[in-house]
Amino acid sequence: MAEVTQDFKDKVLTILAEVCESDEIKKNPDLQLFDEGLLDSFATISLVVEFEQQLEISVPISDFNREEWATPNMIVNQLAERK
Amino acid sequence: MISFIPYASFQFFTLIAFLLAPIIILGLMGMRNTLYNDCVAILMTFLIFAAQPEQLISILLFIIWQAVLIKGYLAIRTKNNNSACFYIAIVLAIIPLFLVKLSADVPALNFIGFLGISYVSFKSIQMIMDIRDGLLKEIPLIQYFRFIVFFPTISSGPIDRYRRFREDTSKIPTSVEYRTLLYQGLNKIFLGFLYKYIIGYLIHKYWMGSPMLLPDTLSSIWLYMYGYSMYLFFDFAGYSNFAIGVSYLMGVRTPENFNKPFISRNIKDFWNRWHMTLSFWFRDYIYMRFVYTAVKKKWLKNRYLISDIGLTLNFLVMGFWHGFMLQYIIYGIYHATAFILFDKFERFNKKHPFWPKDNKWMHALSVVITFHVICFSFLIFSGRLDFLWQR
Repeated sequence: MAEVTQDFKDKVLTILAEVCESDEIKKNPDLQLFDEGLLDSFATISLVVEFEQQLEISVPISDFNREEWATPNMIVNQLAERK
Repeated sequence: MISFIPYASFQFFTLIAFLLAPIIILGLMGMRNTLYNDCVAILMTFLIFAAQPEQLISILLFIIWQAVLIKGYLAIRTKNNNSACFYIAIVLAIIPLFLVKLSADVPALNFIGFLGISYVSFKSIQMIMDIRDGLLKEIPLIQYFRFIVFFPTISSGPIDRYRRFREDTSKIPTSVEYRTLLYQGLNKIFLGFLYKYIIGYLIHKYWMGSPMLLPDTLSSIWLYMYGYSMYLFFDFAGYSNFAIGVSYLMGVRTPENFNKPFISRNIKDFWNRWHMTLSFWFRDYIYMRFVYTAVKKKWLKNRYLISDIGLTLNFLVMGFWHGFMLQYIIYGIYHATAFILFDKFERFNKKHPFWPKDNKWMHALSVVITFHVICFSFLIFSGRLDFLWQR
């Protein structure tokens, strides 16, 4: 597993909270984003574009599957591995 | 020649029971003989299409054509990531399917095509897309063949993903894991019999086939709509259960196709539950790719408009994919419209909440409304309404 700094985590969570329009994400990093209706295909794309522009990490959209990117924590770890 | 169309006859089930027996025995011992499995794959591909030699030739040519494309594009992609090459590869991969769909209108093309061409095409198109994304760096030919002609799903899906399939075929389940797979697989196969050959059959024979539903009156069309929707579900979910069950027996966890679609809360929910491997394929490889490209290249300022165009494209292509016929195109446009309207409704409700989500009565009402929106789309799909525009 790649190392995750607090600073990096905060950045990712801020982007997530913005795209999902919900602050719940910062309080509960194990929230099931798709099941809760906070993320859908459309929001996923905004998310991928933001990650690319703000963090300079590119994720192919077909790689963003809903099982491995289900919660804020999982997203942080997935991104950290691609840094 | 006896026909071995998958899951359509008693002979087919007898044959696979016989061929799968060694696989099951080895599986229970935590083993797998890849050579035997490959021989079964070749034999089955041959038997499924042998009754119609032109289909057999079509599928062989198709497999070679796609293999050349995939290998060729992979070789180009490792050198450079040229967009034009990617689009050319995609067009070339779609051409056989396009010609087959066109053959419904152009009799001269009737000799080409084979059962399941649209499902197999999806598999090779997604591989080209994954190569483009840099997710597939190497594709051994033998792995490609195993994926493309995986006989349990060759005729009508479910549509698996290459990278997922590769994991299953490269890993041999332990004896304990296999016992679970076997149990679940057999369970699904028997569920398939219940769905397709008992419930589906009865609905088809006594409900849809009832002489009372023949006249073009509102009430008989209305009743036909419910019958057809139920039949469509039980027939196809039954088939899917067979295909998934037999995959399990071969140690491959082919993804599910249905998840109680008729209790969907809204149209979005419905497409996450109905013919899932198809709708997810369309979502990932058409809608999302289109929206992503459009957002990134800033084709339009309004992202919601981009999404709406993406949805229209998504469902229109799905309509055409079902066949170049008016009823399918209208079905596609209908779903695009329903989806876009629901999106607007959802956004509005987020800003000015008026439709509570947690209330169980409202939930029930949402399910009933969604159910009828869906059933009506199937009525269009069924062709029962064709008399309206064919007169």
